[in-house]
Formats: sequence, structure tokens, C-alpha cells
Amino acid sequence: MARAVSTQHKTIATAAAWIVALLIFFPILYTIITSFKSEQEAIQGFNLFPSGTTESYTAVEAQSGYFKFFLNSVFLSVGSTILALLVAIPAAWSMAFSPGKWTKDILMWMLSTKMMPAVAVLFPIYLIFRDTGLLDSRIGLMIMLMLINLPIVVWMLYTYFREIPGEILEAARMDGASLWNEIVYVLTPMAVPGIASTMLLNIILAWNEAFWTIRLTTTEAAPLTAFISSFSSPQGLFWAKLSAASTLAIAPILIMGWFSQKQLVRGLTFGAVK
Amino acid sequence: MATQQTRSLARFMMAPSVVLLFVWMIVPLAFTLWFSFQQYNPLNPIRDGFVGFSNYALFYSNPAFLQSILNTLILVVSVLLITVIGGILLALLLDQPIWGQGIVRILVISPFFVMPPVAALVWKNMIMHPQYGVFADIARFFGGQPIDWFGQYPMPAIIIIVAWQWLPFATLILLTSLQSLDGEQKEAAEMDGAGFISRFIYLTLPHMSRAITVVILIQTIFLLSVYAEILVTTNGGPGYASTNLPFLVYQKALLEFKIGQASAGGILAVILANIVAFFAMRAVGKNLDK
Repeated sequence: MARAVSTQHKTIATAAAWIVALLIFFPILYTIITSFKSEQEAIQGFNLFPSGTTESYTAVEAQSGYFKFFLNSVFLSVGSTILALLVAIPAAWSMAFSPGKWTKDILMWMLSTKMMPAVAVLFPIYLIFRDTGLLDSRIGLMIMLMLINLPIVVWMLYTYFREIPGEILEAARMDGASLWNEIVYVLTPMAVPGIASTMLLNIILAWNEAFWTIRLTTTEAAPLTAFISSFSSPQGLFWAKLSAASTLAIAPILIMGWFSQKQLVRGLTFGAVK
Repeated sequence: MATQQTRSLARFMMAPSVVLLFVWMIVPLAFTLWFSFQQYNPLNPIRDGFVGFSNYALFYSNPAFLQSILNTLILVVSVLLITVIGGILLALLLDQPIWGQGIVRILVISPFFVMPPVAALVWKNMIMHPQYGVFADIARFFGGQPIDWFGQYPMPAIIIIVAWQWLPFATLILLTSLQSLDGEQKEAAEMDGAGFISRFIYLTLPHMSRAITVVILIQTIFLLSVYAEILVTTNGGPGYASTNLPFLVYQKALLEFKIGQASAGGILAVILANIVAFFAMRAVGKNLDK
């Protein structure tokens, strides 16, 4: 009898879950659908079946040069992530394997820098960028994004490294492994999954950062966040083009995001929920 | 056996991160503090100089200031209520055995990966537009009048957009916590005849309390600095109806060039964030001791 009830239960739960999930996903779905409509179709009322034209996609590229912004987004998110990893790996490493009296305080302090509101330092940063010629430069913005996400990167790496058993290191040392060998042959293989997860989450965060990327760029270094924001003052019919541009802006990161659900929980809660 | 050598090596390895973050935190903040006591206008450098607390007085006596604080609080509290309650309900639902759970999870989590300007523009134009939006289509279908969301209800509109972005985050974290609940405990409670409601109140909710705390704290940090969603939808208006504190500071600094006042506002934002951070750090810090 319990089985029968559970099948019925499962059917109801499934129906409810799918309805809610589709409602939540609807704005994204409708944007993708609209991107395959013509501008005329897009304003002719609710319609889930587009004619399948790709004219909006070609128009977005031709009129506003989407691809340049896309390349900037890739460069900035991947570049800032690699930079952050280079700085953070040694730090997380030493905190995980030879923690000192201050390790915990340093970690907490790093986290606290993440909580500083960006607007509070908007003008000084703007001035510094202007006076050093970093305004609207990819390098400047890359450093900025690196600094913003550095605390999360250190924290995530730390929680991963901490799970690597120290005994393995001792055993390797007993066997006469040098520090270099220890790092290359023992630690790195075990740390790779953690580093990869950290990288994935950080690329997503950098890709979607929408304060500094908008305020510190004009044309040259502007990534997709700034590109999309330029659609905020519509000119004529632009629904299908907005949809195409939006789809292009979110598709790569949406797909990456689907693969990083677990890491997301861990990274964004600083290991507090696993 | 932490020798002197390994300890100094550890310090050497930590140094770049620590120094970078320290400089990044202290230098701009010191500038902001300094500017908050200065009369400074990049367009009119003649009248520069120390003005004591008058920037603070000016910023805080501005009627837009009170409105912006109120809007900031309304935004944070409303989004928290929607996402935490909605997140708990959704997590309970997704924790049931259902067909296609993997796909359902992917659909639910997706809005979190949508960059803020896209989320805001999609809602503004595709969903809430008074003429071409889906809401307008629905209203017309039922013979009603479409609502001009951003003209008449700018704050609720922004709250809906931001809540849509953060509901997946709350759901995902609460679901993760729910799934770590001991199955045997649940069964034992069921055997003892505990109904769904009492199981939820006495077993599930206490188990999730830590995750709920974390969700509230982390979201608060991000919600206190909502910016892009306002920029591309209402631009703070009509009037100051949807201006929050970050947006007011941005307007003062980069549109009106009242750097002193903007800095005074920025310092207030830092103090607000620090109050939240104080509690956040304690919650996260507990985890470190384990």
C-alpha cells in the first residue's frame, strides 16, 4: 500500500515541481524564443512558436559588434580568474598545510574585504584608474575583477585543500620527496578538482559582474554587461534584437553554471553549507 | 614540526594575497574618507578645501537620502522574505522523489547565472512592458488594463526582478542542506506518528536553520548593493521612487560631481555593510572551528 501512495505522491510532486520550474525558467525561455522571431512578430502578442529567423542575430552583430564585447568578456573573466588563482593558490596552500596562529583571522579578514560596498570606493577607484590611464583598459578591469573575487578564490581553495589529508604529504616526505616533487606529483593531482571548481565558479562571477565592468569602461574594454546595458534606452523596434543579444550574453555562462551547481553552494557559502 | 623555515615560507606564500587585498581595501577607503571632509568638484577646482562635516549634513538632509535608505531597506527585506520562504517551499518540493529531477534543478537554478543587466532588461521589455510584455498580454486576455510597472510600481517591479535572480540561490542552498538531513531521523519521526507539519517544525526547520542564516547573510551583502537592475530599468525614478543608497551615491559622484557628498554617503554604506558583516563573519567563523 505504501508503494501505491508513493506513486501517486510522486506524480503530484512531479507535476508541481515541473510547473514551478517552468514558471521560473519562463523569462529565459521566452527570451530565447523571441530571439528567433522577426521584430514584427515580436510585438504581435504572446506567441511561443517563432518563425525561426536568425535575422536578429546577424543584426546584433552587424549593428553593434557583439563579438568584440564577447571577446572582452571571455578575456576578462578567464584572465582575472587565472590571475586570482596564481595569487591565491600559494596562500590557500600555506594556510591549509601550515596554519599559524593568525590563519583564521587572516581568512576572516579577507572575507570582510568582500563585504565592502563598491559604491563607497567608486570615485577613488575612478580617479586612480583615470590618472593611471587604466580607464577603459582590459588590464585595469582584469586586475579589478581579480581583486574583487580574490577572497572567494582563497576561501574556496582553502576549503578544498584542507580536505587533502596531511599524512599523505608526510609519507611522501618520508620517502625522500623534495618540496618540488611533493607539489608536482603528490599535491597537484589531488588539488586539481578543487582548483577546477574554483575556476569555474570564479569565471561565472567575473562574467556577470555588473558594477565595475559598466562604470570603468566605455568602448575598448567593455564586456557584455556594458553592451547589454546600452539596450536600456530603446530605439524603435528592438525586442527581437534585445532577445538575441541577451541570449548570446547568457548562453555560455548558463551552460557552465549547470555544471557547477555543487561548487556554487560551496563557494558562495564559504564552505558553510556543503 | 613547523620549523622556522617552513613558517617563513608560509608567510612568503601568503604575502601577495594579503598585501593586494590590504592595499585594495585601505587606499580607496582612505580616499573616500578624506573626500568626505572636502569640498571637491572636478569641474570647479577653485573652491576646494576642508569643510568638516558639512558634506555629511548636506547628504543626510537631502530628502532623497531618507527615501534611498527606505528603498534600500524595503528592497533587502522584501527580497529576503520572498526568497527565503519561497526557497524553503521549493526546496521541500524538489526534495520529493520526482521524475526528471535533474532537469527541474537546472531550470530552477538558471536565473542565478543570468547577468543582472540582462535579467533586468528581459523583465522590463519582455515581461513587464505595458504594451508588448507578457503581463500585458495576460491582462488583455482577461479583459483588464495592462499595468505600467516601472511608472506606477517601480519598487515592486525591481523587487520582483531581484527576487527572481536570488530565489534559485536560496533554493539551491536550502535544498543542499535539506538533503543532508539524516533519513533515519525522518523515518523515526514518521514512525512516532509525527505529521508533516510537526516534522517540518521540529526536525527539518532546526536542521536548516544554519543554511537559512547563511542565505540571509550572503544575500543581504549583495542586496545592499543592487545597482545594475536599477540603472537599466528605472534609472532611480520616477523622481527618487526607486533610488537606493548605492544608486544615490553613484548619482552624486558621477552625474552631479558632488564628490564630498557622495563620499559621505559611501561611508554610510560602509557602516551599514559592516553591521551586516559583523553577524555574517560570526556565522561563517563558527564553521572554521569545526
